Amino acid sequence: MDVLLLSRLQFAVATMFHFLFVPLTLGLSFLIAIMETKYAKTGDETYLRMTKFWGKLFLINFAVGVVTGISLEFQFGTNWSKYSVYVGDIFGSLLAIEATVAFFLESTFIGIWIFGWKKLSAKAHAFVMWLVAIGGSISAVWILIANAWMQHPVGFTIRNGRAELTDLWAIITQEFAALEILHTLSSAYILGAFFVMGISAYHLLKKQHVDVFTRSFNIALVFGLVASIFLVIEGDIHAIDVAKKQPAKLAAMESHWETKAMAPVYLFAWPDEENEKNKIEIGAIPGVLSFLAYHDVNAVVKGLKDFPKEERPPVAITALAFKVMVGLGFYFPLITIIAWFRRKKIMESPWLLRILLFSIPLPYLAIEAGWVVAEVGRQPWIVYGLMKTSQAASVLPSEHVLITLIGFLVVYGLLGFAGFYMMAINAIKGPAPAVAEIEHA
Amino acid sequence: MIMQSIWFFLWGLLWALFFMTSGFDLGIGILYPFLGKTDTDKKMMINSLGPLWDGNEVWLITAGGVTFAAFPLVYATMFSTLYVPLMLILFTLIIRGVSFEFRGLSEKKAWTFIWDSCIFVGSLAPALLFGVAFANIFSGIPFDANGVFQGNLFTLLTPYGILGGIVFVLLFAMHGSLWLCIRTENDLQARSIKAVSVLWPVIVAGVAGFVAYSKFATNLFENYSKYPALYLIIVLAVAGLVVARILAAKKMYFRAWGASCVAIVFTTFFGIAGLFPNLFPSSIDKNLSLTAFNSSSSPLTLRIMLIVVLIFIPMVLAYQGWAYKLFSHKIKEEDLHHEEAY
Repeated sequence: MDVLLLSRLQFAVATMFHFLFVPLTLGLSFLIAIMETKYAKTGDETYLRMTKFWGKLFLINFAVGVVTGISLEFQFGTNWSKYSVYVGDIFGSLLAIEATVAFFLESTFIGIWIFGWKKLSAKAHAFVMWLVAIGGSISAVWILIANAWMQHPVGFTIRNGRAELTDLWAIITQEFAALEILHTLSSAYILGAFFVMGISAYHLLKKQHVDVFTRSFNIALVFGLVASIFLVIEGDIHAIDVAKKQPAKLAAMESHWETKAMAPVYLFAWPDEENEKNKIEIGAIPGVLSFLAYHDVNAVVKGLKDFPKEERPPVAITALAFKVMVGLGFYFPLITIIAWFRRKKIMESPWLLRILLFSIPLPYLAIEAGWVVAEVGRQPWIVYGLMKTSQAASVLPSEHVLITLIGFLVVYGLLGFAGFYMMAINAIKGPAPAVAEIEHA
Repeated sequence: MIMQSIWFFLWGLLWALFFMTSGFDLGIGILYPFLGKTDTDKKMMINSLGPLWDGNEVWLITAGGVTFAAFPLVYATMFSTLYVPLMLILFTLIIRGVSFEFRGLSEKKAWTFIWDSCIFVGSLAPALLFGVAFANIFSGIPFDANGVFQGNLFTLLTPYGILGGIVFVLLFAMHGSLWLCIRTENDLQARSIKAVSVLWPVIVAGVAGFVAYSKFATNLFENYSKYPALYLIIVLAVAGLVVARILAAKKMYFRAWGASCVAIVFTTFFGIAGLFPNLFPSSIDKNLSLTAFNSSSSPLTLRIMLIVVLIFIPMVLAYQGWAYKLFSHKIKEEDLHHEEAY
């Protein structure tokens, strides 16, 4: 196999695995900060038990997320050295800013949080969790600014045979970055909310630790409701921006081949990339794609055929991932709205609790699918319109990349298994008994 | 020119700070099987670095990120030529990182044995490989005009490279044992004190040997003969070692650990100062060497990054310093039963 393909697979494995853990870190940290703040304010021990229970799951997840992030930063140098030389002036600085401004904050204060229970007052300790949560989100913001620049490069000029920075402010404030940040952060908050609601549902179904889990459930429900409704609106604006800035990606998202007005969306379509058409097309709804892209059912949407063959992204993967993401994107607000209306009778709604329990994997799926749309849909470009992925890889012996790819699969596979297994065990075990109960015993 | 020189210095400083901070937690991992006689000892050792290792590792991310931002060509060439050792470092660091968290999740013998082994290997391998890598950078890396590496992992295992690795391992081990002297008591502390005194003469010999060997294996001393004031760096590195030993004998462990920090920073700077203006010299052809002047980012990026670093690095040092102070108390046995301990 060639080095390019192996490096792409390696990067896909490393990023997608890392991003199984990042969103929960982003979402759950805020929920825990809220719980602990309530404890610091009221002294109510239930909130302390909640903080510690969710904190334990958070830490297992954080451990895997943080160590897998380290290797990512170095992948640009190891496997994508030509990319690094070409855009390091801009991309490298964004990564470096992320580390100095945010990652230090998150990583230093998480250590203080874990070990600082006896060293800090309740208020100071809760404040430390806020620093962790805010550090995590700032870190995501900078990484997403860097990614958005690859999606839609601005603020640079080509000089000395590379992209050189001319306007950092333009890079930080561009619309594509803002939309990507809002999209990713709110999806992470949804994941955090569904994680908490799902595990709470498990215990509520068993009618155990009811005080801890109804309160957890309610906090997560509000969080998830707001984030998921927001995401539908934001996703709509996001699609318009993609249509404008990455028309090939938009066409691939809906396997849309012919340029035309009243462009349809299909309930299901399967592309035949060889013959430049869809093999299967079921349930065409005319005008929806036009509306999605330009808020006008009569708008003309450029089809894939109008892009040179070598500048089309892989259609099947992009389209399928988009369907999964959008489908789930509507499922989340639907289910949280239902849960909102049943929140006072949640114990008498075992069907809903069961749905929520089995929904835990869905935000993970939606988020991974979303990244597939963003990254596969951008191909063949590594920096949209500027540099192709095929020009970006390092010159390396292919067996080195193959061996490290296998290494990633084995190590990450074991880590993923151990991490999720440990989270499951601790989630099922439930919170520790209240201190008062311990004294009684 | 001035901006690039400043960045050369900052680049060296960030790597030195990584070795200084992570050095002690890697060192404790290296000593782990030797000083940790009982399960309680082992838990003590892990918990002594528990609150700090995570923040320490970010110095690696920052050193890597700053290399990327300020010297993209060096970043690209350094990590693609040193592909295999860097991947080994990353894999072992990854496994080590989760080991701290995972070890305590079950009491089963086989389970703790696996993670204990991971902690040891995950600390020894990065310490050794970073030493080998930096010694090789000091002596030059065989890469061609396209930035492609002409060699393999064994090419790097020259006697000088291996000596560099051993010096790093020993320095980190002493750094770690000094931290254990601060945070533990009784038997474990006694063993840590003994480790310091056993390691110290070996380290002095190792550092002296490394500096002397550099005369033959590298061109580092060209700068030293041009600017004799640079010899102060070697003096400070040695002074750090001597003062650490004296303070440790006086049981002033926190200060001794501080002196050990100084020793590590200046041992690193011994090489950095000799390299200047080279960041990544080629051993195939001197003209291919990457210097601060032929591989830097644009002036605007360097300026912006300098502002970022000047504002945030002191802040990071301040809150990390606070964290170190906060967690410099003795760990008691009952702390280990606390549910938040590792």
